[in-house]
Amino acid sequence: MKTILFIEDESALQKTFGEILKQEGYKVIPALDGEIGLRLAKTENPDLILLDLILPKVHGFEVLKQLKADAETKDIPVIVLTNLEGIKDVDKAIELGAKTYLVKANYSLEEVVEKIKKALQ
Amino acid sequence: MKPRKTLSQLNVLAQCKRYNLSLWQCPHFLFLLMGVIIIGSALATYAIGNRYVEDPETVTLIVLSVAAILFTLAVIITQSFERLAEANRMKSEFISVVSHQLRTPLSNLNWAIELMMSGRLGKIEKKQTEYFKVLKENSNRMGELVKDLLIVSRIETARLPLKKKEISLEDLVRKVIMEFGPFTKASNVRVELKVQENLPKVSADPSQIQLVIQNLLDNAIRYIPVLQSPETDRSRTDEKEKREVEIKLEQKKNNLYFEIKDTGAGIPKEDQKYIFQKFFRSENIMRYQTQGSGLGLYIAKSIIEQSGGEIGFKSQEGIGSTFWFTLPI
Repeated sequence: MKTILFIEDESALQKTFGEILKQEGYKVIPALDGEIGLRLAKTENPDLILLDLILPKVHGFEVLKQLKADAETKDIPVIVLTNLEGIKDVDKAIELGAKTYLVKANYSLEEVVEKIKKALQ
Repeated sequence: MKPRKTLSQLNVLAQCKRYNLSLWQCPHFLFLLMGVIIIGSALATYAIGNRYVEDPETVTLIVLSVAAILFTLAVIITQSFERLAEANRMKSEFISVVSHQLRTPLSNLNWAIELMMSGRLGKIEKKQTEYFKVLKENSNRMGELVKDLLIVSRIETARLPLKKKEISLEDLVRKVIMEFGPFTKASNVRVELKVQENLPKVSADPSQIQLVIQNLLDNAIRYIPVLQSPETDRSRTDEKEKREVEIKLEQKKNNLYFEIKDTGAGIPKEDQKYIFQKFFRSENIMRYQTQGSGLGLYIAKSIIEQSGGEIGFKSQEGIGSTFWFTLPI
């Protein structure tokens, strides 16, 4: 079973995504802030990381930077899932090594799930 | 008077840029210009007085004190303008922050509804589906409004980035028409596209121009009156043929010209001068459609003007409207 680390402070989204990804046959590890996210990325060794940007304690960009700087976690694909849609934010995330950048408001739940499936293939 | 503060105010370019104003609309520049004229005229008066008047010192003193008063007045006026501009900037930022904050709960809501509608959480009754649809439609509506507000706030804080590249307007129009397929079908409207051959490309931001075309096409389709009852339908057999939208693309001198003609409700004469204003919605369209933010045309105008083009329309109530825009080649 493939594992997804979901770093997102909105518990409502944790719930919705947790449910749908579980039904799709994935194991979802929730992390409610950047610090926990970074720790779990090392200990749980997930197959994919879903990352929000506006996060308590450690900002998403910083999480991304540290993930990519660490030999243990640098190869885990990261999908940024956020509501920030400035071109600068997108460029920065891709530059820091994010695989895909998704703006929450522009996608339906099923579309995001499709993207996740594709990334895990 | 604090000389340092005055000096910093004299850095007009920076000040004008901050409020996104052109030089001739910028109080700081006007203030500087006024100051230069006052000082110049005082010196000229002195030069003239020195030659022709017996007591030039007194004359100069009078002129200088008048100049000082004018100068002080100018400073006060500039500062009040600055406060107004600041208030406007804060309003735009407020909209931006609020819209971002609204988006998070909205996507939570949207995705939760989708999850329920998908049937993944258990079978749902037909009646329940109906109401889930109502929920979905309304959260979508709210999402659209927030999106429009964000664009407006970006336009007003001059942060709407234009990523210009060579684009084919025809491809863009075809893409939007395709995208609108389900909507045009559901509204029983036919969209016809007439394109002049060998149109040159234009340099513009495709995503922004696409937004303009979307807004114009959406308006054209949305405000074609819906027939009240089957009875009226039968008595007016020509009604079906009238339900069409015509889009034309041609070259006019050094511009590419886009035109969209509908057979919709039209805009009453007295409302026509307000049509590009923010949040304005004509009363006659409110009879057909209560949805809409009143921001679409404002956004379209801002984008077209920023791209170096022009936008306009002609319209007759009850007959239809024709909106057009141009983009430089």
